[in-house]
Formats: sequence, C-alpha cells, structure tokens
Amino acid sequence: MRLVVDLNKCQGYAQCAFLAPDVFAMHGEETLVYSPRAQEEQRERLARAVAACPVQAITADGLDGPSGPAGEAAREAADGR
Amino acid sequence: MAADYLDWLRREGRIVIVGASLAGLRAAETLRAEGFTGSLTMIGDEPYEPYDRPPLSKAVLLGKASPLHTELPHRREVDAKWRLGVPATGLDLTAKRVRLADGDEVEYDRLLIATGVRARPWFKEEEGRLDGVFLLRTRDDAARLLQRLRSARRVFIIGAGFAGCEVASACREMGLAVTLAERAGAPLVGALGGVIGAVAADLQTGNGVDLRTGITVTALEGDPAGRVRSVHLSDGSEVETDVVVVSLGSLRNTEWLTGSGLGAGPRGIACDAGCRAFDFRGIVTDDVFVAGDVARSPHALFGYQFLSLEHWGNAVAQAETAAHNMICRGADRRPHLWMPAFWSSQFKVNIKSVGVPPMGDQIMITQGSLAERRFVGVYGHQGRVVAAVSFDNTRWLEFYQRQIERGAPFPVDYTTVDRRPEGRQPVDADFPDPSLPTHGPTVTLSGYSPADQQLVFTPARH
Amino acid sequence: MTQASLFRRITDFANRADPYPLYEELRRTPVLHEEEDGPYVISSYWDIRSLLHDPRISSDAANLAAAGDELAEAQSTGLPPSFLRLDPPEHDRLRRIANSAFGPPHKPHRIESMRGELHAIVGGLIDGFGEAREIDLVDQFAYPFPVTVICRLLGVPREDEPRFRAWVDPLVATLDPETRAEADEEFVKSAQEARMQLGMYLAGLVEQRTKDPQDDMLSDLADSRGPEGAMTMMEVMSTAVLLLIAGHETTVNLITNGMLTLLRHPDVLHRLREDPGLSARIVEELLRYEPPVQIVPQRTCIADIEMRGVTIPKGSRIWLMLAAGNRDPERFKDPEKFDPDREDIQHLGFGSGIHSCFGAPLARLETQIALSELARRLENPRLVEDPPPYRQNAVLRGPRHLSIAFDALR
Repeated sequence: MRLVVDLNKCQGYAQCAFLAPDVFAMHGEETLVYSPRAQEEQRERLARAVAACPVQAITADGLDGPSGPAGEAAREAADGR
Repeated sequence: MAADYLDWLRREGRIVIVGASLAGLRAAETLRAEGFTGSLTMIGDEPYEPYDRPPLSKAVLLGKASPLHTELPHRREVDAKWRLGVPATGLDLTAKRVRLADGDEVEYDRLLIATGVRARPWFKEEEGRLDGVFLLRTRDDAARLLQRLRSARRVFIIGAGFAGCEVASACREMGLAVTLAERAGAPLVGALGGVIGAVAADLQTGNGVDLRTGITVTALEGDPAGRVRSVHLSDGSEVETDVVVVSLGSLRNTEWLTGSGLGAGPRGIACDAGCRAFDFRGIVTDDVFVAGDVARSPHALFGYQFLSLEHWGNAVAQAETAAHNMICRGADRRPHLWMPAFWSSQFKVNIKSVGVPPMGDQIMITQGSLAERRFVGVYGHQGRVVAAVSFDNTRWLEFYQRQIERGAPFPVDYTTVDRRPEGRQPVDADFPDPSLPTHGPTVTLSGYSPADQQLVFTPARH
Repeated sequence: MTQASLFRRITDFANRADPYPLYEELRRTPVLHEEEDGPYVISSYWDIRSLLHDPRISSDAANLAAAGDELAEAQSTGLPPSFLRLDPPEHDRLRRIANSAFGPPHKPHRIESMRGELHAIVGGLIDGFGEAREIDLVDQFAYPFPVTVICRLLGVPREDEPRFRAWVDPLVATLDPETRAEADEEFVKSAQEARMQLGMYLAGLVEQRTKDPQDDMLSDLADSRGPEGAMTMMEVMSTAVLLLIAGHETTVNLITNGMLTLLRHPDVLHRLREDPGLSARIVEELLRYEPPVQIVPQRTCIADIEMRGVTIPKGSRIWLMLAAGNRDPERFKDPEKFDPDREDIQHLGFGSGIHSCFGAPLARLETQIALSELARRLENPRLVEDPPPYRQNAVLRGPRHLSIAFDALR
C-alpha cells in the first residue's frame, strides 16, 4: 500500500503514530516521519490511522476493502461529484 | 471557446501532460475525476512512476523509508498512456506536437507542462564528476547518496538551504562528521531571513555541525583514483571529506521549450492566474497550461507578483486548478489562489511557514522564544501581515494564515498567549536582498469558511 | 424576557436528551451574547475552529477567574491548575512531559500494545452479562471498561474505584453550567476539597512508584527527567487528577452515545457486525454526531476579537459549542444524518489546536473495540427506553443509564 501525508496540513496530533506505530513515527515533538510503502499486515492499522487523522492529511491507496476509504463506494462517490 | 468544442474535448480530446511527478499525477487524476474521457498521455524523463521527493532528504536518510519506494498513492485510476524514461525535447505550438528524445512526436489538443526543476549541478563539471560528489533531487540520487553515506565518516554539504540543512541533520543522526558551507551569513536566510537564520545556525552548531558561513567553495579536489578527498574554501582553508553533497538550489526544466515561442526561461514558465501559459510576447495561450515548480504565476494576495513556488502543496493545488481549467468553460475557471506553505524538519524540529516570508521586511516573534526554538514569527510588509513561520508551533499557523488572507495590519497590535518581551516590537527581518514589490492596490480574502471566500479588491489610496 | 435565554435553555436539564434543535436555533446567531456578564456563545464550525487556533484566546484559569468565574479559582485552589487550564509555555511544558509517559515519540507502542488487553476486558465484561437478557450498558459496561483501562494505564488499583469515585463526582459536577449557576459556598468548598483529596491519594501512589517503578504512567511521571526536567510533585498531582478523570468520564459517554446511536441506526449496526473494520469510521462520525464533550466553556479572550461584525471585548468569557459546530450545514452536507460513509468527517469532537484531547488515541481505540464487540456478541439488541435518562451535565453529555435488551450472547 502506498501512502503520502500532506505535511502542510499535518499539525502533529500524532494519532497515526499511536494507531499505526510501525508505519508512522514522531521524530521530535511534532515532526512526522512515515514509510510511504506500508506492509500488507499494516492494512487495518493504516485504515484506522487514515480515518483518525484530525486534519485528514493521509492519502493511501490499495486499502480497498469493505471499510477502506479508498474502497469502491468511495470511488463512486467521488465520481458522482 | 465554443461550447461544442469543449464538449468534444472532454469526450474525446487528447491531453498530454509533460512531467510525471507529483503535479502531473494529481492533474491527471483531477482530469479524470472531473469527467475527462479522452486520451491522456503522461511523459516523464525518469523511468519511474510518480514518486514523492520530500522523503528523500528526510525519512529516507533517516532509514525510515526506502529511496526506491516512495511512489505516490493514486487517488483514482488515471487510465493514461505512460511514456516514462523519455524526456520531451521540443514543442511545436502551431502543429500542437510534443517532440520526444526518442524521436517520437505526440499530438495534443491541450497540453499541461509540469516538468519541474532539477538540482543545480556543481559549476565545475569535471569536479562534479568526482566519485563521492552528489546531488539530491531524484530517487536515484538518494539511493546512491545513502549507500555512500553508510561507509562514510565525513560529509561536506555545499549550501545551507532547506535541503542542505536537512541532509546535515540526517547525517548527524547517522553519526557522521558534517561540515556545512553557506555563502550567506546563516542557513535559510534566503527563505526566512537573518533573524530566523540565526536560530537555524544555532540548531546546526548545537548539534555538532561544523557550520561555515560567509564563505564559498572554490574547488573540489580528488585523489588519483578520481575520488573526492577535500574541499577548498574562499578563506583559503581546506576540509578533508569522504562525501560532498552539492545543495545549491535548482534549475527549472524549460530548455526543451527554447524556440517554441512560449514565455519560458530560467525563471520558469509564466502563466496567468488560471494556469494558462504566456507566449514570449506576453499573450496568453489557449491550449497550453502550466503547473508545479516550473510555473510562475501572479498571486492576487501578494501584489499580483509572479511567484515561482517550489512547494509540494503548490504542485498539488496548481495541478488541480490547471486540470480543472483545461476542461471547463471560461466562466467556470478558477484562479490559482493557493496560500504558499512549506515545511521542513531538522534535528527533530518542525519548521513550517505560510505566506511569502521574503516579501517581509520586518518580523515579530508573537509567540514563544527564539532561544527556546519554539516560536511563531510574523512577517510584515508595508503595514500588512504577509507571512508567518513556526518552529515546533504548527498548530497556531491556521490563525496566521487567516491574518495574511485578510491583509491584517502589521505590526501585530494585540496580545497573544506566550508573548515574551522579545516579541513586543518588530525587528528587521534581515533578508539579504529584500525584494520590494511595488506599492499598489491590495487584495484580500474575506468570508468565514474556505467555501465562501471572496476576493476583495481595495484600490490604492492616493 | 418572555422566555429563558437560549443558552440557559441549552444548559437546562429538561433539554438534555436532544439539544440539537436548540443548537440549530443557536447557529442563527453565531455569536450570541444574551446577558451582560454572560459568555459569548460561538456555534458555527468555522468560527469555533478559528478560535481554537487563535492565540488571543486563553485557557488560563486565572484569566477565567478575572472574567468573573469564581469556580475557576476554586478549582485551582490547593493544587495548581492542570495543563488543561494553562496557556503556553507552561501548558506546553507540562503536556510534553505528560506525553512522554503516554505516546510517541517516547512511548510509541504504549497504547497500541494495549489492544489485546482492551479486548480481554471488553470480553470479560460482556461475559459478565451472564444469563441476563436486559442490561444497563452504562453500569455494566461503558463505565467499568474505561475505568479499568485508565487504572491499568496509570497504575491505580482498580479496587480503589469506589474511593476515587467519591472525589471525581463532585469535581465533574463543577463542569456543568446549571450546577455552577446554583453553586453555593459549600459546594465550591467541597469540590476544592475533593480535588485536593484525589491529588493526595494519587500522590501516595506516585510515592510508591518512586521507590518501586512499574510499567505504568504514574511511574513514568514520577521519573520524568527529560531535557526540561521533571514535574514538581504538585504538578504531578494535578496532571494525574486530570488524566484519571478525563481518561474515563468522556469515554463512558462516547461508548454509550455510540451504542445508542447504533441502536437507532440498525443498518449501520448490522454492517459493523459484518465488518469490525468499519468501527474506525463509525467512531469518527460519532465524534461529529454525538460528541461526548459538547461545549468548551472555559476560554477567555485576552484581546478584542472581531467576529461576524461583533466585537468580543477583551476579558470576555467564550463558550465554544463543539456539538453545534459539528452539525453546521455550512460545513457538512446533511449534517443531521448519521453517516459513517461520509468522505469528510473533520469533526470538532476532540477539539483542535494545542488543547486538542490528550487521550484521543486511547478513546478511539477503546470505543472502536467496545462497539465492534457489542455489535458482534449481542443477538438482536434493542433499546428498552428511548430516549434514555441523561446525566445532569450539559458539557459532558451522555445517558445516565442505557437499558438494552437482547436475545442471546454470541
């Protein structure tokens, strides 16, 4: 799964680093570092981190699943705009 | 533009995007999201699918990410023909054709140029070819540099802009001895001025970097095997090193447009607020759009100056706007009104900025303290707030962004939490070569939500 | 005045079960100032959000006291104010030290590694329903779960719950505007006393940890020796009191509001049962739709602030109506609809800015697990009483009891 964080939006709330600590880490008080390629076993944690981000700064693909934000329903919703 | 042409374009037109990095990818996604069903061709000089660059000088060097795996997630299928590893070499505006390095030509109905920038090489070509001398812009650069750093002991970095400072920080975390040389009086002065530059300098020296300012590198010296072994400085000194990282900013990738008739040059490609490129006569084109680092576009909030922004967020926002404008009617076009913003992290300190700091001539530390390296600084120009910078204080920046959008008065005349004595008066922001925009009418954004923001034009008072 | 003022109707216990029509009315006057010494009540999303990031807004208890709030002073007498009631730089320093015992960068796995334990506690509580086919979700689940968790996390003996409960209740009551309005000297004194007692009790535990450190937050707080030094004993006490109370009071309501909402939306409950991963999005939507903290009533402004043509004078008290902002149609499409599929759920449920909820990641994880396990294990669950009886508190709003009937346990 590929991911990117819009670090202009990021305000260091660290929710992702709490919920998916093997993908996201705080480096200092408010600097986020992350792995742009997450392992398959991180799927659920990554999805939780994406959902919990208070500034909705995380974009990930390959999360497709019934509850993944990049799921088919979300795609259709985007198409309908 | 005739409506039926647009309908046809959206349905079966040919759009070509030159530049397959962040801006190119986001533009392609936006085109598809907004209903473009014609053919889409993505041309990129690197043989890789679009990848993210900011991690290359941070997470990658810190060992938190692989240089080979920073590919950008896709927001949606783009269904494009990818021509990767083949640079564009020419443009024929009349025939509407892009020439490629392999001799191919690709025809378009509308073109988006997002060719970005490349690292400025060391000015002496032969020295630049020495083994151990690196640039850092691409994933290949990062992979090579990382590999060499693993066996190095000493690193010499030329140029203390953001990238140079980030590399210095990562190298110190790897335990390497680092020398950082900068022509100006302190790191980051071009971007943030001397007041903040002094804090950046303390950050470097406090973390064990041998910082040399007010100095230039005159020569790189190699050993008989062609491996770099030392750096000669303008004060006559010589520093031995295993690795040299040349971090002297960037060059805009516009050479391929030479002679095309577009208004393209070393400063980028000029375009209007709707991302349409100008030709060299200053007349806007109909079918050529520009986005990302290579674009220069007028910003209403900053005196309509043409801003070239090498910012990640600008590439995304401008790509979205350009793509939208490429396939919509004139009245539905949007201006590219993105608030400039960037981030950097050095020695675990998060540095963020909004607005255009170099436009400011004064700065006020409205919250926190420079000495503690936790603060917000506000830049003013001609009585208005034009930018803000924070060190480990990012959660306040939203407020200052609003102040910039509203053209709020400067100096800041209200109380704020955590105001220290040092922050009561503005001081000279100390930019080396302040760019002074002409005094003129002002434009501000108003409204309570981003959704209903309106541009307000206030004519100059005489 | 023919009718009670709008903000008094909002704080009126009679309207606790459904304050949302009042919030809608409130948003028509987004900057409401009804009584001369009363607060400025802010109810639109963007205004709240901007004030949460506005450095002219103070959380300092001393400023609140100066603005005429006597209880603010009472709460901070004896023990120093917690970081919730402080501005930077003190707020930042204390919160950083507290965070070094709680999360990244110092303890990146502390919360995530509790997942298995949280599942076990939830499983145990549900098993404890036994043969009963009607339960009170609050007393049997939503309260004991977060209490057990915060006790483990801090290192407070679970069996001491009745003891600290007696101190927590009067303290939490001081947050309720209606209760405050009627507070006499006696009430103020007892709240003050309760805070001190609770602080002393926790200080005793910290003392033990100093001698015999365990893998818990009190041990780390006692041992905090970062570059900024340690907290003083008084600061440790204030912080521990805050963490103990905030660590469960709000989560009880989030879980209870969550189950109530799911039972009112059986389609979503059904989907959660099929797909526990949906819990992450359900919890975010809940934080928008039924946030456990409805109002932030403890801010003051330290400079004049212009907002929608109204000048809020320096020194005024400000109430931020998070729950009203969360249903602002200027911000959210179909705001009155509970819809975990919405693409855009940037809610104010945990606040925003420097005071955003410290325990948010724990509350998220607890509620995700609680709701997905309840959905999985209760066969045909249904509400016995709708609306349920509510607690008095208008700020920390939630049902006092939630009777649920079901056919069987899975």
